[in-house]
Amino acid sequence: MANVIELTGVTKRFGHVTALDGLDLSVSAGEVHGFLGPNGAGKTTTLRLVLGLLRADAGSMTVLGLDPWRDVAELHRRLAYVPGDVALWPNLTGGEVIDLLGRLQGGQDAARRDRLVELFDLDPTRRARTYSKGNRQKVALIAALATDAELLLLDEPTSGLDPLMEDAFRGEVRALRDQGRSVLLSSHILSEAEALSDRVSIIRAGKVVETGGLDQLRHLTRTSVTADVRTVPEGLERLPGVHDVVVVNHRVSAQVEPSGLEPIMHALTAAGLRTLTSQPPTLEDLFLRHYGVAAGDATDDAGAGRSDRA
Amino acid sequence: MRDTLVGTGSLIRLGLRRDRWLLPVWILAFAVMAGSTATASADLFPDLASRVEAARRLNGTASVVALFGRVYDPTSIGALSMIKYTAFMTAVLAVLVVVVMVRHTRADEESGRLELLGGGRLGRNAPLTAALTICVGASLLLGLLSGAALVAGGLPVAGSFAFGLGWAATGLAFGAVAGVTAQIASTSRSAIGMSSMIIAVTYVLRAVGDLAEPGPSFLSWLSPIGWNQQVRAYAGDRWWVLLLPLALFAVLVPVAFALRARRDLGAGLREERPGPARGSLAGVWDLAVRLQDRVLAAWLVAFVLFGAVIGSLVSGVEDFFGSANAQDLIKQLGGGQALTDAFLSAEITILGILAAVFGIAAVNHLRAEETAGHAESLLSTTTTRTRWATSHVVVALAGVALLMLLGGLSIGAGAALSLHDGGQVARVTAVSVAQVPGVWVMCSIALAVFGWLPRLTPGVWGLYVAFVALGEFGVLWHAPQWLTDLSPFQHAPRLPLDSGTVTAVVALTATAAVVAALGYVGWRRRDLTA
Ligand SMILES: Nc1ncnc2c1ncn2[C@@H]1O[C@H](COP(=O)(O)OP(=O)(O)OP(=O)(O)O)[C@@H](O)[C@H]1O
Ligand SMILES: [Mg+2]
Repeated sequence: MANVIELTGVTKRFGHVTALDGLDLSVSAGEVHGFLGPNGAGKTTTLRLVLGLLRADAGSMTVLGLDPWRDVAELHRRLAYVPGDVALWPNLTGGEVIDLLGRLQGGQDAARRDRLVELFDLDPTRRARTYSKGNRQKVALIAALATDAELLLLDEPTSGLDPLMEDAFRGEVRALRDQGRSVLLSSHILSEAEALSDRVSIIRAGKVVETGGLDQLRHLTRTSVTADVRTVPEGLERLPGVHDVVVVNHRVSAQVEPSGLEPIMHALTAAGLRTLTSQPPTLEDLFLRHYGVAAGDATDDAGAGRSDRA
Repeated sequence: MRDTLVGTGSLIRLGLRRDRWLLPVWILAFAVMAGSTATASADLFPDLASRVEAARRLNGTASVVALFGRVYDPTSIGALSMIKYTAFMTAVLAVLVVVVMVRHTRADEESGRLELLGGGRLGRNAPLTAALTICVGASLLLGLLSGAALVAGGLPVAGSFAFGLGWAATGLAFGAVAGVTAQIASTSRSAIGMSSMIIAVTYVLRAVGDLAEPGPSFLSWLSPIGWNQQVRAYAGDRWWVLLLPLALFAVLVPVAFALRARRDLGAGLREERPGPARGSLAGVWDLAVRLQDRVLAAWLVAFVLFGAVIGSLVSGVEDFFGSANAQDLIKQLGGGQALTDAFLSAEITILGILAAVFGIAAVNHLRAEETAGHAESLLSTTTTRTRWATSHVVVALAGVALLMLLGGLSIGAGAALSLHDGGQVARVTAVSVAQVPGVWVMCSIALAVFGWLPRLTPGVWGLYVAFVALGEFGVLWHAPQWLTDLSPFQHAPRLPLDSGTVTAVVALTATAAVVAALGYVGWRRRDLTA
């Protein structure tokens, strides 16, 4: 099937600020597409353009085969959106907002709505002004997930959710994918996109700088290898594709490009390998590579998302 | 203690910066109004006899006493000319003080602004202290400037400053009241609502108290607005009465701080009750009504009451303005033939001007919903831009029409009763409803600004004030005719209705439609902004 979102050369300026600068993005039907970028990269702007809330200065956009600026009503019947900054009417209760948005969306499944309220542990009788950020986020998520939308646009959907709720959310997104629906999910939390996405686009300063399946993108980065050996071999850092070699007593660690894996494994085995851990590249690494931050800074929390994705 | 005040200075500066238009405009408006009225009164009541006569009639008309109070020295031109300002405008002043106080305390908490600043070391008591400081400063400045304006208007110095300081002290008292309600209420809206209720009660207390013969009963002394009347500026200048509002201020301010200490940022002392788990709102129409219905209901009540009072005044009009001068003036203002018609027309025009406040605010709700981020949620559903905007525009237009209809009926009924002429109901209601298209023009201007220049939405109020001022003072300022004619209020139909009325109604309706259509065009092609 065709792409559900197809943006080519999209440019959006706010006064003298160029928020999007010739952005290309395609999301295929039935995939969960991660949309990654640092603050101010243009993620929210892109989503708003896709929704027809903003008007592009240049480029072409097709969403579900429609023009997002002209075919608003028809398009919005088929998609659902969760804004990054969920604002609710302070005097309405959470339940009232969910039902209102559901009706405006063209109807929601009542049973699914109730199940989601239960799942996300939301008290729907409270006035929105008394909700925490996480609870406001849940209201918008429930409203969107309870619809039959073909395409979901989620702008940093888990910001404010605690780990338990984040887990529940991931389960729901996977269920959506199993039903063949498409999701565009923006985030700067890499583990989240990594845990959920089939494909990822990385945006920086209004341009998509990298896009592809996780496997495709992984070859671009380095595996982190740590080994305990009997005797530390000489000249590891001179092997092709091996970087950042650190030796502490009998422990060796290094960052290794795909081409360097074979030579370093030979060397380590020859040196009497006792234990070996290798971590596949994370999106964290990819991300850092593109935004020029030293990769070592982020290895600490890089493991969080991976365990989900065996 | 000092710790809890950290950051007060910067909050005051920030507050003054945010209010750099609001406060000066408001303070100057009060001073200029008072001064201009003083000048005008000297022409209206040139000799002692005319003053005594006017004061006698005012004091003898119950509805005037209830609405404005009494003239305590019939020989004093000052007491006579300030009659509308002593209680009525003081209540308006109280509302403004409350809005400013809540804006800098509760509303800032709600928007998260204080939390943001609080992170950067902000003492717990800093916001309340800053708001009170701004309020005290503004009230004093308003009082002193008004005193000076009254002196410039030709009134005695002592009385003028007694009057000005009366305003200042009342401002302080209601500032402290708002300081307390801002701690009790759980939202800024309910804080303003609670304070407004208190203002209304104090107003009614003194109305009932003033009606007692011969002078005020103890009820008037229970009301801060009553105190302001009992200062009796230009009629004895009882300075000691000023101590009462100051004492109230001194009592309430510590109470506000004590309450503040007992609650969390963002929370009120009043507990939240759970609401419905299921929504009954079927769409954006329901939502627009739900967001504005209480406000509209309050306006409707006010219009009906105001109308009843105005209507019942009619029978007194003929002898009320006994002097030939006054009759000329009223005829000029009203443009009608009979004096009663002129009076009714003038009051109904005012009704229209007031209804425009509701209409503009209702249309400006669109912008508020947009900046709050609510529009983003709605417009990413199947709701189209046109449909959503129309939901609020309809509330505005229908609300205005309803206000003018009920206000007109109420005036008409009052007039019919007091003139023993049932025919008044229909003709007064008709002319009141005929004001609607002019008010709609203001609403559609607000829509056009929303569509094309959303960031200038507050500027609609400036335009509104300019139009009203041109109508009131245009002649005084020698404003060119074409400029005055720009104001839709200038073309509002008056009694008696004739074929010219139809022309005006059609022309104004057409103008409103064209301007609104223009607004829609802009709105449909612009970006959603914050
Ligand atoms: N209405 C606007 N007016 C002016 N500039 C804007 C507007 N909206 C966005 N921008 C600018 O466009 C750029 C992209 O912003 P955008 O909100 O799309 O970033 P983002 O990737 O969503 O960031 P974040 O991760 O912080 O949410 C930023 O430089 C931002 O300042
Ligand atoms: Mg964003």
